[in-house]
Amino acid sequence: MNRLGLVIQREYITRVRKKSFIILTLLMPLLMVALSLVPLWLSTLNDGSVKNVAVIDNTGIYAPLLQSTDAYQFQVIGGSGQQEPESRLGKDLFAILQITEDLNQNPRAVSLTSQKQAPQELQSMIVRTLNEKVTQQKLDDLSSSGNVDREAITQVRSIVEEGSKVSLRTLRLDSGGSVSESSTELATVIGMLFTILIYMFILMYGNMVMQAVLEEKKSRIVEVMVSSVKPVNLLLGKVVGIGLVGITQLIIWAILMGFFFSGLSFFIASPGQMDTAMPAQMSSFDMEGIMNTVMSVNWLEIGFYFILFFIGGYILYASIFAMFASAVDSDEDTSQFMTPVTLIIVFAFLAGFYSVNNPDGPLAFWASLVPFSSPIVMMVRIPFGIPLWEKLLSIVLLYGTFILISIIAAKIYRVGILMYGKKPSIKEMVKWIKYK
Amino acid sequence: MYLETANVVKQYANHLALNNVSIQVPRGTVFGLLGPNGAGKTTLIRIITRITAPDSGEVKIDGRPSKAEDVYRIGYLPEERGLYKKMKVGEQAMYLAQLRGLSKKEAHRELMIWFKRFDIMGWYNRKVEELSKGMQQKVQFISTVIHNPDLLIFDEPFSGFDPVNADIVKREVLRLRDEGKTIILSTHNMESVEELCDNIALIHQSQVVLQGKVFAIRKEHRPNIFRFRLMGNEFDLEHPSFTLLSKEPYHEFIDLRIQKQGDISSNDLVRLILARYEVVSYDEELPTMNDVFIRTVTR
Repeated sequence: MNRLGLVIQREYITRVRKKSFIILTLLMPLLMVALSLVPLWLSTLNDGSVKNVAVIDNTGIYAPLLQSTDAYQFQVIGGSGQQEPESRLGKDLFAILQITEDLNQNPRAVSLTSQKQAPQELQSMIVRTLNEKVTQQKLDDLSSSGNVDREAITQVRSIVEEGSKVSLRTLRLDSGGSVSESSTELATVIGMLFTILIYMFILMYGNMVMQAVLEEKKSRIVEVMVSSVKPVNLLLGKVVGIGLVGITQLIIWAILMGFFFSGLSFFIASPGQMDTAMPAQMSSFDMEGIMNTVMSVNWLEIGFYFILFFIGGYILYASIFAMFASAVDSDEDTSQFMTPVTLIIVFAFLAGFYSVNNPDGPLAFWASLVPFSSPIVMMVRIPFGIPLWEKLLSIVLLYGTFILISIIAAKIYRVGILMYGKKPSIKEMVKWIKYK
Repeated sequence: MYLETANVVKQYANHLALNNVSIQVPRGTVFGLLGPNGAGKTTLIRIITRITAPDSGEVKIDGRPSKAEDVYRIGYLPEERGLYKKMKVGEQAMYLAQLRGLSKKEAHRELMIWFKRFDIMGWYNRKVEELSKGMQQKVQFISTVIHNPDLLIFDEPFSGFDPVNADIVKREVLRLRDEGKTIILSTHNMESVEELCDNIALIHQSQVVLQGKVFAIRKEHRPNIFRFRLMGNEFDLEHPSFTLLSKEPYHEFIDLRIQKQGDISSNDLVRLILARYEVVSYDEELPTMNDVFIRTVTR
């Protein structure tokens, strides 16, 4: 094995074997699941009153099918002429279901508007009813076409197997009178989740790189090391090895989450079991609805960008941390250099936090292009859907910057690790870059 | 010559660390690299081990300019040395041995030999932080020599060792020399220089101020002091070619220390005294390396 490989291996293995790493890796997902599911569950709790849902069905096909329940009363309202139902929202009306076209032709021609977030329970009830009808419609179309042959049978099979995908857009009418698509709530949650994740990783693993550099300096092993490994390789090995520890943690988390959700779908697939397994008041906790929402997100795209921004952001900050750690001899001395860097990261995190409310505003736009904040802020914006060129430009800028910074960092590191004694000034560190 | 540096210059931000330094280290010898703190020894060693590059001048190994791969033919024990505290001794030694180019199998085989030789087999699975400083020094010494390098550079190798272990290390240094290795020894311990080194270079204020064979240097720096033991208990000869430094009776003899003056040869000096007194013994005082060092550096 070559020397770089050996360094990476050591940095990786000594960390992955640590008890603290194993405990954190196993406990974190539990915490995250609890944090994300509890609010969702609370929002679906029924307050016991009967809610009125107005149904405007231009086609007239679907309205009669909606059965009122203990919790929801469906009222069919004619297309026009009457008082605008929007004005009644929040008073005697809880939500308005609007069907504009034949869903068999356009599965997106249905929306649910409410002032409060529409409960998953209501959403899935509507979707289930509409889906059944559309499937029936499709089958009817097929049988009315007359000649039922071999081809038709395969078509039937595929219709039944696929089911129908009526997509219910949930809209929210806020007090100002503007309507927003409430799937943004999910985007917000996902955006925040990934932003917190990337913020946490940059700080945590950047610090780990710093500690590793400092440890070698403090224990005075660094000169022994550089007599057989090039300083650049020593630094690179550290950054890569520790980065791999981070990626390992992410992969374990992804697998644990995968297990969790597939376990959940298993319960949903066998409802009888769930009824006995769950206490009575929990039956209104609509797992299927949550699952549908969770699965409707483009995890692949988000995951792809997450990895890209994670790598870029991590290497950028790890290089900076390593650069400063190499120049000092003790933990106390690091703070002078670390405080400004940490402040930049915290600023990026706050920018990300505020960008959630206005993902296309100037703060969000610029903060997601500037390389020092882009990995954190961009993750807020991606779930909202932004133009490809912005994502590409941001990545190009980030990767260009980290390449430049890591070259400078390697030059300073090479000199810094062998310097003991006086804490250097920034000016001296700039001179180091020019050393042979 | 196994190793040569030719006119090496290294400039740091505010001071010149090495100013035209040229040293010649013959193959299969122990070479002492001496000098007061801050003279530039460590910088020179870092240039030889290719940790840093010289601003000008060059390093030749085996007669040709040194190249990147030469690093793996060098074993370097720095003065500032340490180990990863949280690692186990065996793992750590394996890691360092592999970094120096041994395969896993070779590293294990060599380690077993050295751990037995230094009698630290029982420490293989202990953590480094549990080891005493002397134990750690042994592990560091082993990891310096494990890859069987042709050139060994020891910077203050005896510090941290008790006299027993220091002696073990001295014996190892001589054994390595007898195997044909070339050794550079940087130390402030002048006794060990006299004991171990064949040649030395003394660096002072970034320059080589003294270089050559240890014995020749001591001879060259002799202060022309002669010790005589004469029969009798009186000495009252005076002569412009010497000054009497001391005289002390010793049983039926008298012991003198006299310093030669002017151009008179040692033979004539002895003849001068022999003409008047019965000489029991006579020798010339040679300076210790310690004397040479202090005299050269404070001049």
